[in-house]
Amino acid sequence: MSEVQVKESGGGGKNKQKKQTLRVDFTPMVDMNMLLITFFMFCTTLLKPQTMNINMPSNDKVEKDEQQEVKASGAITLLLAGDDQLYYYEGMPKDEKTGEDHYDDPNFLQVSTYDPDGLREYLIKRNAGTYEQIQELKVQLQNQEIPDSIFRQKSREIYDKAKENTRVAPPTVMIKPTDFSTYKNLVDVLDEMLISNIGAYAVIDITDGDRYLLFKKTDDSKYLTPEQLAQRNK
Amino acid sequence: MAKVKVKKQSTFIDMTAMSDVTVLLLTFFMLTSTFISKEPVQVTTPSSVSEIKVPEANLITILVDKQGKLFLSLDYQQDQVIETLRAVGNDYGYTFTPKQEESFKKLKSFGVPIASMAAFLDLPIEKQDAYLSDAGNQRAGIPTDSVEVKDAVGNSISKDNEFKRWIRYATQIRDDARRGNSDLPELQLAIKADKQTHYPVVKKVMDDLRSPELRKNRYLLITNLKTASSD
Repeated sequence: MSEVQVKESGGGGKNKQKKQTLRVDFTPMVDMNMLLITFFMFCTTLLKPQTMNINMPSNDKVEKDEQQEVKASGAITLLLAGDDQLYYYEGMPKDEKTGEDHYDDPNFLQVSTYDPDGLREYLIKRNAGTYEQIQELKVQLQNQEIPDSIFRQKSREIYDKAKENTRVAPPTVMIKPTDFSTYKNLVDVLDEMLISNIGAYAVIDITDGDRYLLFKKTDDSKYLTPEQLAQRNK
Repeated sequence: MAKVKVKKQSTFIDMTAMSDVTVLLLTFFMLTSTFISKEPVQVTTPSSVSEIKVPEANLITILVDKQGKLFLSLDYQQDQVIETLRAVGNDYGYTFTPKQEESFKKLKSFGVPIASMAAFLDLPIEKQDAYLSDAGNQRAGIPTDSVEVKDAVGNSISKDNEFKRWIRYATQIRDDARRGNSDLPELQLAIKADKQTHYPVVKKVMDDLRSPELRKNRYLLITNLKTASSD
């Protein structure tokens, strides 16, 4: 392949026609290419990092009546505890109207996990109906049957329709990480929100009541604030 | 006895085909890959299923390492980056020489208190890397504590933390530029934290960004694509 046949026809017929093969050795070229490939393999990355969009609630004080009331029946509170532990409860620990108090109910706070058969399964079950509709849209988006703008518009319609459903309120997830959770826990939970097609979720600060619930469940006083601890020791 | 004639065989292997293959591979790598950006600390981002790509420019990346040190990387027009440096420096009573500004332009990411910025910029590039990646270096990382800082003359000038100032000036200068040129996209904030980072550290960063002066509520959390093996 790398041979070029050169016919020497010069010399006026005096000299015998000499047939010369010109051979180029490509081995150094291959060596150099290999080196370059190695360089590229070490210094570059094929994977572009992904991002996840997150909107945090604004820190500004919102007027009380402007605040969106979360329907207690649809509220799910996730507590991200230390050592990759995950707890959740539904509704409110204390009902203002009926006066029901769950703070001392050991079964109120439930244990979950970050595994697919833990939180994900539960959320998909809670989000039944909406989940399937959004999933259908996602498949269409992936097959490029609909553009991104239509996908967003249609999913918004589905979420709005779900909100009107008075019988089963769509889940609104409140994510409350404790000081002992890691960044990975937070991203994992946000990821589950995407997977389970949850329409409304927010990362918010943990309240004293939630701390107390965690303390009750785990019997670990690290979850309590110093004030709560002082009160208990009294 | 018949004499066996040993044929002289050439051992020359034709490498042309091999060369073709390697060149093809090389082209593939050159076209599809992007260079790993140099970062002062190694950060392993958590994985997620989200498939949104990180924008290539007009981005402020806040790098948070395991210990909670902050590094910033400003990815937008260079003249605006320099303006940001001047504005922050000016706030604390520091000015920078043109040579130091030139050195700042070349920085991919930085994380030093403004007080040691000038000295840091005077270092050669290799020394700068060593300075930032030195784990024992307490001065590395952008300070987020709100302590009173004395300027060169000794007057206390600020109770604000430096991290907030950087973000505030960066976005402010950008907004001013956007007023003149509406095609300029808004700066986005990306948080790139290690998965081992404790939540209070991340919360502090978000709280600072959400503070009344900044009012930044939208972030991009940089993650890896979740694959079957990382699950």
